[in-house]
Amino acid sequence: MRTDAVAGARARDAEAEKAAVPRGGLWYGVWKQFRRNRIALAGFYVVAALALVALLADFLANDKPYYLVYRNERYFPIFRSYLVSAGLAQWPAELVNVDFKKLEGAKAIFPPVPYRPSSIDLLAPLEPPSKRHWFGTDRLGRDVMAGMIHGSRISLSIGFVAVGIAVVIGVILGALAGYFGSWADIAISRLFEIMLSIPTFFLLITVAAIFRPSIFLTMAIIGLTSWVGIARFTRSEFLRIRSLDYVTAAVAIGVSNRKIMFQHILPNALAPVIVSVVLGIAGAILVESSLSFLGIGVPAELVTWGSILNEASGATFAWWLAVFPGGAIFITVLAYYLVGEGLREVLDPRLRG
Amino acid sequence: MAAYVLKRILLMIPTFIGITLIGFLIMRLAPGDPAELRAAGGLAAAGGAGVAIDKRVSIDEAVAQWRRQYGLDRPLHVQYGVWLKNVVTLDFGESFKDNQPVWNKIAERLPITIKLNVLSILLVYLVAIPLGIYSATHRNTLGDQVTTLWAFVLFAVPTVWAATMALVFICGGDFWYLFPPGGLTSIDYDPAWPLWRKIKDQAWHLFLPVVLLSYGGFAGLSRYMRASMLEVLGQDYVQVARAKGLHERAVIAKHALRNSLIPVVTILASLLPALIGGSVIIETIFSIPGLGQLGYESVLARDYPTIMALYSVSAVLTLIGILISDLLLSVVDPRIAFGSRRG
Repeated sequence: MRTDAVAGARARDAEAEKAAVPRGGLWYGVWKQFRRNRIALAGFYVVAALALVALLADFLANDKPYYLVYRNERYFPIFRSYLVSAGLAQWPAELVNVDFKKLEGAKAIFPPVPYRPSSIDLLAPLEPPSKRHWFGTDRLGRDVMAGMIHGSRISLSIGFVAVGIAVVIGVILGALAGYFGSWADIAISRLFEIMLSIPTFFLLITVAAIFRPSIFLTMAIIGLTSWVGIARFTRSEFLRIRSLDYVTAAVAIGVSNRKIMFQHILPNALAPVIVSVVLGIAGAILVESSLSFLGIGVPAELVTWGSILNEASGATFAWWLAVFPGGAIFITVLAYYLVGEGLREVLDPRLRG
Repeated sequence: MAAYVLKRILLMIPTFIGITLIGFLIMRLAPGDPAELRAAGGLAAAGGAGVAIDKRVSIDEAVAQWRRQYGLDRPLHVQYGVWLKNVVTLDFGESFKDNQPVWNKIAERLPITIKLNVLSILLVYLVAIPLGIYSATHRNTLGDQVTTLWAFVLFAVPTVWAATMALVFICGGDFWYLFPPGGLTSIDYDPAWPLWRKIKDQAWHLFLPVVLLSYGGFAGLSRYMRASMLEVLGQDYVQVARAKGLHERAVIAKHALRNSLIPVVTILASLLPALIGGSVIIETIFSIPGLGQLGYESVLARDYPTIMALYSVSAVLTLIGILISDLLLSVVDPRIAFGSRRG
C-alpha cells in the first residue's frame, strides 16, 4: 500500500517534470519560440547564408576552375590547391603559375565568379557592373564581387573572435564582481566606469596604427574594448542568483566557489549575456568595417568590405564601390540585430507578459 | 550644488588617471620608443632626400639625445608622472610631425569638434524625443510599427556607408550636387559677408556631417524614450491626472514627459564616446579640420604626443559629458538630490 503511494508520487513527479521541461531541453524550447518571430527568423537565415558564403568562398569566387581537361589530363584545380597548400600534392609542371582562363585547348568549368579578390587586371580599372563583373571592378581592376565574397570571411570571423574574447573577459569579471561583492565589486565596477568613459574608437585606431597591421590584432583589440556590456549583465545576474536558495544550499554542503560560479550560477545567468553577444557581433563587424575603411588595422593587401568602400570615397563616380560592400555590411549588421532582438524577446523574462 | 560639482570633479581625477595610464602603457608597449620612431621618420625623409647612410652615426646620437630630452631613460612610473605633471599645465609636448606645441593644435580644432558634437546631440534629442513620445502614445498602431522598424533599420546603417553614399550621390559626383563634398566654408568665403550669409554657408556645410553623426542616435534614443514613456503612462498619478479630466495633451506634456525624460538624460553620457568615434570618421571623410581629423592624421604619422593629448582631451570631454548628464538628471528629477547618487 505504502509502496504504491510512493510509486504513484514518483510517476506524478516524472510527469510534472516532462511537462515543465519541453522536449529536447531548454534550447529547443527557445528555438521553437524564436521561430515564431518571422522577422527574426529571416535575420537568422541571412546570417546562416552569409556563413555558408564565407565557408564556400573558394568555390564561389576563384580564378581556378572546378574541373579542367587539359592535354588529355583531367584535373580538379580548386581541390588540388587545398592539397598543395597542405603540402600533400604539387602542381604539375604545365599548370604552375598559369592563367587558367588562357590555357589553349582546355575545357574548364569555372565558379560563378571566375576571379580571386587579388586578381589584378590593370586593363579594366573602375569598370561599372557588367556581365563580366557583376559588381564592377575597383581601381586595380579587381572584381568587387570576388572581394566581397572573400571579405565575408573577415567580417564574420572578426565578429566571432572579437566577441569571444569579450565574452571570456566580461563573464569572468562580471562573475567575480557579482559573486564576491564587497571590495571585488568596488574595484571591478570602478574598472567598468573607466572603460565606459574611455574614447574607445580612438584607443582602437591608436593601437591598430602603432602595431603591425594584422587581423588577429584587430580582433583582439575590438574584443578587449567591448566587454563592459557583457560584464555588467553578468554581474547583475550573479548578484540576483547568488542569493537564491539553491546557491545557499551549495555553499552549505561545501561546494567550491569556482564550481558554484561556473557550474551552478553561470548556466542560469547566460540568457541576457547571449543577447548582448549577438548584438556585440554586429558591433564588432561595424567597428571592423570602420577601421578597414580608414585603412587601419588590417593589412593593406587584404580586400575587406570596408576597404572596397573606402575606394569609393576617392572615386565618387564609382557608385558600385559604395553601394555593394556597404550594403553587405548593412544587411549583415541588420540580420544580427534582428536575431538579437528576437532572442531578447524569447529570453528576457521582463519583456514577457 | 557647488560642493557637489567639486566633489564630482575630484572623483574624476582617479578615473582620468586610470584612462590615461592605459593609453600611456599601450604607447610604451608599442615596438620602438618615440625617439627611435622619430628618427625612423627622419631617416625615411633623409633617404628620400638622398642622404648617405654613413650619416647613421649622427642619427644614433640624435636618438640618444631625444631619449634624454623626452625622459625615456627614466623608469616608467617617473615618465608617466612627468607627463601627468605637464598635462596639468596643458603642456602636451611638441608634435613629432612639425614640432608645434600640441596644445596649440588642439585648441585650434577643439571648437569645431565641439560645435559638431553639440549640434549632433541637440539634433538627436530634438528628433528622438518627439518620435519616442509619438510611438508610446500611439502604441502598436501602424505609425508606431513603422517608426520602430525605421529606427531599427537606421541603427544598422554603418556610418562609413552612409557617409560614402552621401559623397557619391548628393555631393557633386556624377549625380546630384546638393551639399558640398567637404570643408567648413565655401571656396569664395569672404569675411565681409553679412551674418545671414555666413550662417547659411555654415549650415549648408554642416548639415550632412551633423545628420550623419546623429542618425544612429535617433534609433537608440527614440526606443528608450518610448519604453520610458510607456512605463510612466502606466503609473497611478497619470491615471489620476486623466481622471480629474485633464486633456490628454496636458497629461503627456505636463505630467508624464518630465518623469519619462529621466532615463533618456542618462543616455547622454554613453552617447559621447560614440560621437567622438564618429567624428573621426565623419571629419576624415568630409575633411573637416576638427579633432577627429587631427587624430586620424596623427595616428597615421605615429605622432605620439598628439595622439596621447587627443586621447586625454576626449576622455576629459566624455567625463564632463557624464557630469553634465548627472546634473541635468537632478534638474529633471528633483527627487535625485545632488550627491545622493554615487558618482
